[in-house]
Amino acid sequence: MVIRILKNFFKRLFEGMFQRKKHISLGFYGPPNAGKTSLANRICKDWTGEEIGKVSKVPHETRNVQFKEKVEINFKGKALTFKLVDTPGIATKVDYEDFMKFKLKKKDAQKRAKEATHGIIESIKWLDDADAVIVVIDATQNPYSQVNITIIGNLIARKIPVLIVGNKVDLRKADLKRVEAAFPEYEVVGISAKYGKNMEEFYESVFKLAKKAR
Amino acid sequence: MAKKSVKGFTIHFLPYIEIEDLDSSQRVKKLLSIILKNKIIILQGRLRVEEETRLIEDTMALVGNVKGFKGVELAVMTPGNEKRRIMSKLKHGIARALIGEQDALTIIGPASIITDMRRDPKKLEIFMGK
Repeated sequence: MVIRILKNFFKRLFEGMFQRKKHISLGFYGPPNAGKTSLANRICKDWTGEEIGKVSKVPHETRNVQFKEKVEINFKGKALTFKLVDTPGIATKVDYEDFMKFKLKKKDAQKRAKEATHGIIESIKWLDDADAVIVVIDATQNPYSQVNITIIGNLIARKIPVLIVGNKVDLRKADLKRVEAAFPEYEVVGISAKYGKNMEEFYESVFKLAKKAR
Repeated sequence: MAKKSVKGFTIHFLPYIEIEDLDSSQRVKKLLSIILKNKIIILQGRLRVEEETRLIEDTMALVGNVKGFKGVELAVMTPGNEKRRIMSKLKHGIARALIGEQDALTIIGPASIITDMRRDPKKLEIFMGK
Protein backbone atom coordinates (compact mmCIF):
# COMPACT_ATOMS: atom_id res chain seq x y z
CA MET A 1 0.00 0.00 0.00
CA VAL A 2 2.81 2.37 0.96
CA ILE A 3 4.64 1.45 -2.22
CA ARG A 4 1.47 2.16 -4.26
CA ILE A 5 1.04 5.56 -2.60
CA LEU A 6 4.68 6.45 -3.27
CA LYS A 7 4.36 5.22 -6.85
CA ASN A 8 1.30 7.44 -7.49
CA PHE A 9 3.01 10.41 -5.85
CA PHE A 10 6.08 10.16 -8.06
CA LYS A 11 3.93 9.54 -11.13
CA ARG A 12 1.96 12.76 -10.49
CA LEU A 13 5.16 14.67 -9.74
CA PHE A 14 6.77 13.43 -12.95
CA GLU A 15 3.69 14.24 -15.05
CA GLY A 16 3.46 17.68 -13.48
CA MET A 17 7.06 18.43 -14.35
CA PHE A 18 7.19 17.15 -17.88
CA GLN A 19 3.68 17.06 -19.25
CA ARG A 20 2.46 20.27 -20.88
CA LYS A 21 -1.02 21.54 -20.21
CA LYS A 22 -3.32 19.87 -22.75
CA HIS A 23 -5.85 22.63 -23.35
CA ILE A 24 -4.61 26.17 -23.12
CA SER A 25 -6.59 29.37 -22.78
CA LEU A 26 -5.63 31.62 -25.70
CA GLY A 27 -6.57 35.27 -25.21
CA PHE A 28 -7.01 37.87 -27.94
CA TYR A 29 -6.05 41.31 -26.70
CA GLY A 30 -5.44 44.69 -28.26
CA PRO A 31 -6.89 48.16 -28.82
CA PRO A 32 -10.45 48.60 -30.13
CA ASN A 33 -11.04 48.01 -33.86
CA ALA A 34 -7.75 46.18 -34.39
CA GLY A 35 -9.56 43.07 -35.65
CA LYS A 36 -9.51 40.72 -32.66
CA THR A 37 -13.02 39.42 -33.26
CA SER A 38 -12.44 39.26 -37.02
CA LEU A 39 -9.42 37.03 -36.39
CA ALA A 40 -11.28 34.98 -33.77
CA ASN A 41 -14.14 34.56 -36.25
CA ARG A 42 -11.76 33.45 -39.01
CA ILE A 43 -10.21 30.81 -36.72
CA CYS A 44 -13.57 29.61 -35.39
CA LYS A 45 -15.08 29.45 -38.86
CA ASP A 46 -12.04 27.56 -40.21
CA TRP A 47 -12.04 24.96 -37.44
CA THR A 48 -15.48 24.84 -35.81
CA GLY A 49 -17.76 26.07 -38.58
CA GLU A 50 -19.26 28.97 -36.63
CA GLU A 51 -18.20 32.47 -35.70
CA ILE A 52 -17.74 33.80 -32.19
CA GLY A 53 -19.05 37.36 -32.40
CA LYS A 54 -20.18 40.37 -34.41
CA VAL A 55 -17.80 42.76 -36.09
CA SER A 56 -18.34 46.30 -37.33
CA LYS A 57 -16.50 49.50 -38.14
CA VAL A 58 -17.88 51.10 -34.99
CA PRO A 59 -15.26 50.77 -32.22
CA HIS A 60 -16.05 48.70 -29.15
CA GLU A 61 -18.34 46.28 -31.01
CA THR A 62 -17.14 43.56 -28.62
CA ARG A 63 -18.12 44.74 -25.18
CA ASN A 64 -18.12 41.40 -23.33
CA VAL A 65 -15.52 38.67 -23.12
CA GLN A 66 -16.52 35.94 -25.59
CA PHE A 67 -15.40 32.31 -25.48
CA LYS A 68 -15.19 29.32 -27.73
CA GLU A 69 -14.30 26.15 -25.87
CA LYS A 70 -12.24 23.33 -27.42
CA VAL A 71 -11.21 24.90 -30.70
CA GLU A 72 -9.14 22.23 -32.38
CA ILE A 73 -6.62 23.18 -35.03
CA ASN A 74 -5.09 20.45 -37.20
CA PHE A 75 -2.30 21.93 -39.25
CA LYS A 76 0.57 20.20 -41.09
CA GLY A 77 0.20 17.03 -39.06
CA LYS A 78 0.05 18.86 -35.71
CA ALA A 79 -2.99 19.29 -33.46
CA LEU A 80 -3.77 21.92 -30.89
CA THR A 81 -6.89 22.33 -28.76
CA PHE A 82 -7.54 25.54 -26.91
CA LYS A 83 -10.17 27.77 -25.38
CA LEU A 84 -10.41 30.92 -27.46
CA VAL A 85 -11.03 34.04 -25.39
CA ASP A 86 -11.96 37.15 -27.40
CA THR A 87 -11.81 40.29 -25.28
CA PRO A 88 -13.13 43.85 -25.61
CA GLY A 89 -10.54 46.29 -26.93
CA ILE A 90 -8.61 48.10 -24.23
CA ALA A 91 -8.57 51.89 -24.30
CA THR A 92 -7.81 54.67 -21.86
CA LYS A 93 -10.77 56.78 -22.94
CA VAL A 94 -14.32 56.19 -24.14
CA ASP A 95 -16.38 59.07 -25.54
CA TYR A 96 -19.98 58.42 -26.51
CA GLU A 97 -19.79 61.29 -29.02
CA ASP A 98 -17.37 59.18 -31.09
CA PHE A 99 -20.13 56.60 -31.58
CA MET A 100 -22.56 59.30 -32.72
CA LYS A 101 -20.20 59.93 -35.68
CA PHE A 102 -21.31 56.46 -36.85
CA LYS A 103 -24.95 57.57 -36.84
CA LEU A 104 -25.84 56.15 -33.44
CA LYS A 105 -28.45 58.08 -31.48
CA LYS A 106 -27.25 59.81 -28.29
CA LYS A 107 -29.01 57.36 -25.96
CA ASP A 108 -27.62 54.33 -27.81
CA ALA A 109 -24.16 55.91 -27.93
CA GLN A 110 -24.17 56.54 -24.18
CA LYS A 111 -25.33 52.97 -23.52
CA ARG A 112 -22.58 51.63 -25.80
CA ALA A 113 -19.98 53.79 -24.01
CA LYS A 114 -21.05 52.47 -20.61
CA GLU A 115 -20.88 48.87 -21.86
CA ALA A 116 -17.48 49.54 -23.41
CA THR A 117 -16.02 50.78 -20.10
CA HIS A 118 -17.32 47.68 -18.31
CA GLY A 119 -15.88 45.56 -21.12
CA ILE A 120 -12.43 47.09 -20.70
CA ILE A 121 -12.45 46.35 -16.98
CA GLU A 122 -13.56 42.77 -17.67
CA SER A 123 -10.88 42.40 -20.33
CA ILE A 124 -8.15 43.38 -17.88
CA LYS A 125 -9.46 40.96 -15.24
CA TRP A 126 -9.35 38.10 -17.79
CA LEU A 127 -5.57 38.50 -18.14
CA ASP A 128 -5.34 36.23 -15.09
CA ASP A 129 -6.96 33.40 -17.05
CA ALA A 130 -4.79 33.49 -20.17
CA ASP A 131 -2.07 30.89 -20.75
CA ALA A 132 -0.94 32.63 -23.94
CA VAL A 133 -2.01 35.81 -25.68
CA ILE A 134 -2.28 37.02 -29.23
CA VAL A 135 -2.02 40.81 -29.30
CA VAL A 136 -3.81 42.08 -32.38
CA ILE A 137 -2.62 45.45 -33.65
CA ASP A 138 -4.00 47.41 -36.59
CA ALA A 139 -1.01 47.60 -38.95
CA THR A 140 -2.34 50.87 -40.42
CA GLN A 141 -2.18 52.63 -37.03
CA ASN A 142 0.73 53.85 -34.91
CA PRO A 143 1.96 50.79 -32.99
CA TYR A 144 3.68 52.89 -30.32
CA SER A 145 0.46 53.66 -28.45
CA GLN A 146 0.72 53.37 -24.68
CA VAL A 147 -2.20 50.92 -24.64
CA ASN A 148 -0.20 48.45 -26.76
CA ILE A 149 2.89 48.93 -24.61
CA THR A 150 0.93 48.55 -21.36
CA ILE A 151 -0.87 45.39 -22.54
CA ILE A 152 2.36 43.73 -23.66
CA GLY A 153 4.27 44.91 -20.59
CA ASN A 154 1.58 43.39 -18.40
CA LEU A 155 1.75 40.06 -20.21
CA ILE A 156 5.52 39.95 -19.85
CA ALA A 157 5.28 40.77 -16.14
CA ARG A 158 2.86 37.85 -15.74
CA LYS A 159 5.19 35.62 -17.84
CA ILE A 160 2.45 34.99 -20.40
CA PRO A 161 3.88 34.20 -23.87
CA VAL A 162 2.89 36.69 -26.55
CA LEU A 163 2.42 36.63 -30.30
CA ILE A 164 1.91 39.99 -32.01
CA VAL A 165 -0.34 40.05 -35.04
CA GLY A 166 -0.28 43.03 -37.37
CA ASN A 167 -3.74 42.93 -38.93
CA LYS A 168 -5.21 44.64 -42.01
CA VAL A 169 -2.09 44.12 -44.15
CA ASP A 170 -4.42 44.14 -47.16
CA LEU A 171 -4.78 47.91 -46.76
CA ARG A 172 -2.35 50.28 -48.49
CA LYS A 173 -1.62 52.23 -45.31
CA ALA A 174 -0.50 49.05 -43.51
CA ASP A 175 3.13 49.16 -42.39
CA LEU A 176 4.12 45.84 -40.87
CA LYS A 177 7.79 46.87 -40.64
CA ARG A 178 6.80 49.67 -38.26
CA VAL A 179 5.02 47.12 -36.02
CA GLU A 180 8.11 44.88 -36.13
CA ALA A 181 10.34 47.86 -35.27
CA ALA A 182 8.08 48.79 -32.34
CA PHE A 183 8.29 45.30 -30.83
CA PRO A 184 11.65 43.85 -31.91
CA GLU A 185 11.81 41.27 -29.09
CA TYR A 186 8.55 39.60 -30.13
CA GLU A 187 7.42 37.50 -33.03
CA VAL A 188 5.24 39.57 -35.35
CA VAL A 189 3.00 38.06 -38.02
CA GLY A 190 1.21 40.15 -40.63
CA ILE A 191 -2.25 38.97 -41.68
CA SER A 192 -5.54 40.07 -43.04
CA ALA A 193 -8.21 38.50 -40.84
CA LYS A 194 -10.90 39.85 -43.16
CA TYR A 195 -9.50 38.17 -46.30
CA GLY A 196 -7.63 35.28 -44.70
CA LYS A 197 -4.22 36.44 -45.94
CA ASN A 198 -1.11 34.73 -44.52
CA MET A 199 -3.07 32.50 -42.16
CA GLU A 200 -0.60 29.62 -42.67
CA GLU A 201 2.23 31.61 -41.11
CA PHE A 202 -0.17 32.68 -38.36
CA TYR A 203 -1.13 29.09 -37.49
CA GLU A 204 2.53 28.03 -37.43
CA SER A 205 3.20 30.87 -34.98
CA VAL A 206 0.24 29.83 -32.83
CA PHE A 207 1.72 26.35 -32.48
CA LYS A 208 5.05 27.86 -31.43
CA LEU A 209 3.22 30.11 -28.95
CA ALA A 210 1.30 27.19 -27.46
CA LYS A 211 4.56 25.34 -26.77
CA LYS A 212 5.70 28.23 -24.56
CA ALA A 213 2.40 28.37 -22.66
CA ARG A 214 2.37 27.40 -18.98
CA MET B 1 -19.48 70.19 -35.61
CA ALA B 2 -18.09 73.42 -33.99
CA LYS B 3 -14.39 73.40 -33.18
CA LYS B 4 -13.64 73.38 -29.48
CA SER B 5 -10.60 75.37 -28.43
CA VAL B 6 -8.60 74.76 -25.30
CA LYS B 7 -9.13 77.79 -23.08
CA GLY B 8 -6.26 77.14 -20.72
CA PHE B 9 -4.74 74.23 -18.92
CA THR B 10 -2.55 73.48 -15.92
CA ILE B 11 0.49 71.25 -15.97
CA HIS B 12 1.21 69.57 -12.67
CA PHE B 13 4.80 68.39 -12.43
CA LEU B 14 4.97 65.49 -9.97
CA PRO B 15 8.41 64.46 -8.70
CA TYR B 16 8.74 60.70 -8.17
CA ILE B 17 9.34 61.23 -4.47
CA GLU B 18 5.69 62.33 -4.14
CA ILE B 19 4.52 58.80 -5.00
CA GLU B 20 7.55 56.74 -4.00
CA ASP B 21 6.21 55.68 -0.60
CA LEU B 22 2.62 55.15 -1.74
CA ASP B 23 1.23 51.71 -2.52
CA SER B 24 -0.19 51.00 -6.00
CA SER B 25 -3.76 51.85 -5.07
CA GLN B 26 -2.74 55.16 -3.45
CA ARG B 27 -0.58 56.10 -6.45
CA VAL B 28 -3.40 55.62 -8.91
CA LYS B 29 -5.83 57.43 -6.61
CA LYS B 30 -3.47 60.40 -6.30
CA LEU B 31 -2.95 60.66 -10.06
CA LEU B 32 -6.65 60.44 -10.82
CA SER B 33 -7.51 63.04 -8.19
CA ILE B 34 -5.19 65.49 -9.99
CA ILE B 35 -6.53 64.57 -13.43
CA LEU B 36 -10.13 65.04 -12.28
CA LYS B 37 -9.18 68.66 -11.53
CA ASN B 38 -8.52 68.93 -15.30
CA LYS B 39 -4.76 69.08 -14.90
CA ILE B 40 -2.12 67.44 -17.05
CA ILE B 41 0.43 65.49 -15.02
CA ILE B 42 4.08 65.19 -15.92
CA LEU B 43 5.37 62.50 -13.61
CA GLN B 44 9.07 61.99 -13.09
CA GLY B 45 9.55 58.26 -13.55
CA ARG B 46 6.88 55.76 -14.42
CA LEU B 47 4.33 53.50 -12.85
CA ARG B 48 4.80 49.75 -12.75
CA VAL B 49 2.95 47.99 -15.60
CA GLU B 50 0.39 46.57 -13.20
CA GLU B 51 -0.19 50.13 -11.89
CA GLU B 52 -0.71 51.39 -15.45
CA THR B 53 -3.33 48.67 -15.89
CA ARG B 54 -4.92 49.61 -12.59
CA LEU B 55 -5.00 53.23 -13.77
CA ILE B 56 -6.91 52.15 -16.89
CA GLU B 57 -9.36 50.09 -14.80
CA ASP B 58 -10.01 52.89 -12.33
CA THR B 59 -10.30 55.41 -15.18
CA MET B 60 -12.95 53.27 -16.85
CA ALA B 61 -14.86 53.00 -13.58
CA LEU B 62 -15.02 56.81 -13.49
CA VAL B 63 -16.05 57.36 -17.13
CA GLY B 64 -19.79 57.91 -17.25
CA ASN B 65 -19.94 58.36 -13.47
CA VAL B 66 -18.07 61.67 -13.33
CA LYS B 67 -19.71 64.38 -15.43
CA GLY B 68 -17.67 65.30 -18.49
CA PHE B 69 -14.91 62.75 -17.78
CA LYS B 70 -14.10 60.67 -20.85
CA GLY B 71 -10.91 59.05 -19.70
CA VAL B 72 -7.24 59.86 -20.01
CA GLU B 73 -4.45 60.04 -22.51
CA LEU B 74 -1.27 58.41 -21.32
CA ALA B 75 2.26 58.21 -22.64
CA VAL B 76 5.55 57.11 -21.13
CA MET B 77 8.84 58.30 -22.54
CA THR B 78 11.87 56.25 -21.62
CA PRO B 79 15.38 57.05 -22.80
CA GLY B 80 16.48 54.48 -25.35
CA ASN B 81 19.74 52.65 -24.96
CA GLU B 82 20.42 51.96 -28.61
CA LYS B 83 22.61 55.00 -29.32
CA ARG B 84 24.58 54.89 -26.08
CA ARG B 85 28.21 53.88 -25.92
CA ILE B 86 29.12 50.85 -23.82
CA MET B 87 30.33 52.88 -20.80
CA SER B 88 27.23 55.02 -20.91
CA LYS B 89 25.02 51.91 -21.09
CA LEU B 90 26.84 50.47 -18.08
CA LYS B 91 26.46 53.67 -16.02
CA HIS B 92 22.82 53.90 -17.03
CA GLY B 93 22.23 50.26 -16.07
CA ILE B 94 23.75 50.79 -12.63
CA ALA B 95 21.71 53.95 -12.07
CA ARG B 96 18.53 52.10 -13.05
CA ALA B 97 19.35 49.25 -10.69
CA LEU B 98 19.74 51.75 -7.84
CA ILE B 99 16.87 54.16 -8.40
CA GLY B 100 14.54 52.37 -10.81
CA GLU B 101 13.14 54.06 -13.91
CA GLN B 102 13.19 57.60 -12.56
CA ASP B 103 14.72 58.78 -15.84
CA ALA B 104 11.41 58.04 -17.56
CA LEU B 105 8.70 60.65 -17.99
CA THR B 106 5.00 59.86 -17.77
CA ILE B 107 2.44 62.25 -19.17
CA ILE B 108 -1.19 61.74 -18.21
CA GLY B 109 -4.00 64.12 -18.96
CA PRO B 110 -7.77 64.19 -19.13
CA ALA B 111 -9.07 63.18 -22.57
CA SER B 112 -11.28 66.29 -22.50
CA ILE B 113 -8.12 68.43 -22.83
CA ILE B 114 -5.65 66.11 -24.57
CA THR B 115 -7.30 64.70 -27.67
CA ASP B 116 -4.38 62.55 -28.77
CA MET B 117 -0.80 61.62 -27.98
CA ARG B 118 1.31 60.24 -30.78
CA ARG B 119 4.64 58.79 -30.00
CA ASP B 120 7.42 57.10 -31.83
CA PRO B 121 10.93 56.23 -30.62
CA LYS B 122 12.17 59.79 -31.19
CA LYS B 123 9.36 62.04 -30.04
CA LEU B 124 6.01 62.51 -28.41
CA GLU B 125 3.39 64.89 -29.84
CA ILE B 126 0.51 66.04 -27.72
CA PHE B 127 -2.65 67.29 -29.42
CA MET B 128 -5.15 69.45 -27.60
CA GLY B 129 -8.57 70.82 -28.53
CA LYS B 130 -10.65 69.48 -31.43
